[in-house]
Amino acid sequence: MIDLLGITKTYTTGAQSMQVLKGVDLVVETGELVAIMGSSGSGKSTLLNILGLLDGYDEGMYRLGGKNMAKLTERRAAELRREMLGFVFQSFNLIGFKSAAENVALPLYYQKVPRKDRLRRSHELLERVGLLEWADHLPSQMSGGQKQRVAIARALAAQPRVILADEPTGALDSATSKEVMALLKELNGDAMTMVVVTHEAEIAAECQRTIRLRDGLVESAADV
Amino acid sequence: MRWWERDPWLELAQVLLRNPFRTLLSSLGVGWGLFMILITVGASNGLEEGVKADMGNRVKNSAFLWGESTSLPYKGYARGRGIELTTMDVAFLEENATTLEAVAPRNQLGGWRGGNNVTHGLKTAACGVYGDMPVYKDIDPIVIMEGRYINERDLEDRRKVAVIGKRARQLLFDREEQVLGSHIQIQGVTFTVVGVYRSQQTGEDAEESENSIFTPYTTFNHAFHMGDRVGWLSLLIREEVPGDTAVAEVLRLLKAQKSVHPDDPRGFGHWSMAEMHEEMTTVFSAFRWVSFVFGGLALLAGVIGIMNIMLITIKERTRELGVRRALGATPANIVVQIMVETLTLTVLAGLVGGILGVATLEALDTFLVASEENGIFRNPHVTLDVLLTALGTMTVLGAFAGVLPALRALRVEPVEALRT
Repeated sequence: MIDLLGITKTYTTGAQSMQVLKGVDLVVETGELVAIMGSSGSGKSTLLNILGLLDGYDEGMYRLGGKNMAKLTERRAAELRREMLGFVFQSFNLIGFKSAAENVALPLYYQKVPRKDRLRRSHELLERVGLLEWADHLPSQMSGGQKQRVAIARALAAQPRVILADEPTGALDSATSKEVMALLKELNGDAMTMVVVTHEAEIAAECQRTIRLRDGLVESAADV
Repeated sequence: MRWWERDPWLELAQVLLRNPFRTLLSSLGVGWGLFMILITVGASNGLEEGVKADMGNRVKNSAFLWGESTSLPYKGYARGRGIELTTMDVAFLEENATTLEAVAPRNQLGGWRGGNNVTHGLKTAACGVYGDMPVYKDIDPIVIMEGRYINERDLEDRRKVAVIGKRARQLLFDREEQVLGSHIQIQGVTFTVVGVYRSQQTGEDAEESENSIFTPYTTFNHAFHMGDRVGWLSLLIREEVPGDTAVAEVLRLLKAQKSVHPDDPRGFGHWSMAEMHEEMTTVFSAFRWVSFVFGGLALLAGVIGIMNIMLITIKERTRELGVRRALGATPANIVVQIMVETLTLTVLAGLVGGILGVATLEALDTFLVASEENGIFRNPHVTLDVLLTALGTMTVLGAFAGVLPALRALRVEPVEALRT
C-alpha cells in the first residue's frame, strides 16, 4: 500500500539548511497496523506529513496504492487526501462550532456527497464508535476519549485506504488510550491499513510492526 | 461553491453565528456606511424638492424680461440710454419669436415690488397692484378660490375689475363679508372684485403673491396713465425649447428692434425659471455626489473593518483551515469559502443598513407629511438607481475585501493541522 524508497527532505531556513530525512525506505502492506517511533527530531513528523501528502519530498519515490506521488499540485494532493487518506490527530482537531455528526461528515462535504447521505453515513460511523447519542453534541461537551473517537469516525468517513494517526493517544489518559487503541485495532481488523506515529512503547507494542526512526533514517523495521 | 445548494450556506451561517457579537460589530461599519449614503443622498433630495417647491409651482419654462439702460453706444445712440418696452414690442415678439408659447406684458403700480394703498370701506392695505393678461395665469399658476380670473372681454372693454389674493382679502374684508361684486379703491380708481385666488408657492413668496391684486392690463394702463409702456414681459417658452435658447432669441429680436448693440450685455434684464432651475439642479446634483463620495468613504472604512476582522479570524482559524485542507479541501474550496464569508458579511450588513436608511427616510417623510410642514425640506427619498449603485459599490468593495483574507487563508498549509 505504501512504498517509500530513498525519501529525503531538507528544510532551509535562511542560510541554514537541515536535512530531516536522509533516505527513508519503508513498505507498509495493505491491512497492516504499523507504528512509527522515534524521539523528537528523528523526522517522524516530517515523514508523516509526507505520507499524508501534506508536504512534498525532495528525492526518492513515494507510491501510495501503487500510484506515484511525485510532484503533486495542491489540488491533486487535496483530491488524493480525501480519496485515500484518513487523519487522526493528537489534539483531535475537531471543528469547535460543528456537532459531532457534522465533524464526521466534513470530509464527505468536500467529496460533494449530498447532505442527507453525508449525515446518514456520519450517524452510522458514530454508532460504530459508540457515540450515536452524542451526534448532536459539540466537541466542547465531550471528553478527550470521546473526541478522539469522533475524530476516528471522521477519518473513516470518506472510506480511505490508509489511516494516518499522529500520536492518537498523546492527549489521553492511559485508560482512554487503551480504548482508542482497541478501536483502531478493531478497524484494522476490517483490513484498514494504519500508520500510527507514537513515542509511547506501549502503544507501539499494540501494533503489528514498529518502524524506528533515528536522525532521518529508518533504524529498524522489526516485527513485534 | 454550488451556491444553489443549502450546504455552503449552512456552513456559512455556522461560521458567522459562531461569534454573533463580533460579526455584528464588524459589520456595523458597512451598515453604517450604506445608511449614511442613503440618508445624506435622501436628505439632499429632500432639500432639492423643498427648494424647488419653494420656487413655486411656477411653470419651469417661464422667463421674465425688462428694459434697462444700455452700456454700449449703437446706431448714433449714446450709451446709458434707458430702454423702455411697449405694447408694440409685445406684438412684435408674438409675431416673430419662434421659441415662445406666449408673451404677456405686465405692469405694476409703483414699479417692481411697489406697494400701494388699496382701500375698501374703512380698511386699507398695502398691496402689489398689477396689470395683467389672461395668459399670465399659465406662467405663474394660481388657484382661483372664488369667482374668476381676468378674461379677454375684460381687456377689450377695459373693465375695471380686479382679482385679489387671499391675504388682500383678509386685510380688506371682514371674514363673513361678500367679496365678489364689491368695490375696492386703488389710487382713487374703483374696481369691482371678480375673483379671489391663492398661491401655489410656499412661505414668503406665497404671502407676497397672495397680497397682490390683478387687474386687466388695458384697464391698468388706462387708469394709471401708463400709455403703452410695459413694465416687464412674462414669457412662456415652448415646452421643447431650452430656456436659454428662447431667452437668447428674444434678446436678439429685441436688440434689433430697439437699436441696442448686439453685443451689449445690458439693455435688457432677464430672469428665467429654467435657468434658475438648471442652476439648482446642478447644485443639488453636486450635493448628491458629495454625499455619495463621503458615504462611499464611510462604506470603505466599514469594508476595511470587515477585511480586518476576517484577517484576524483567519489567524484564529489556522487550525481549522489546516484540518479542512487535510480532510481534502482544495485551495479553491478555501478561497471560495473565505470570499463568500466576507462578501456575505458585507452584503448582509449593507442590506440591513440600506433597509434602515430607506425606513428612516420613509419615516421622516411620513412625519413631514403628517405635520403638514411645507418647509424647505420635503419628500426625502432615494431613487432606485442610487440604492442599486450603493449596493453595487458595496458588493464590489466586499469582494475586494475578501481577496486579502482569502490569500492569507491560502497560505495556511495543511501541515498546520498536525502542529500540536
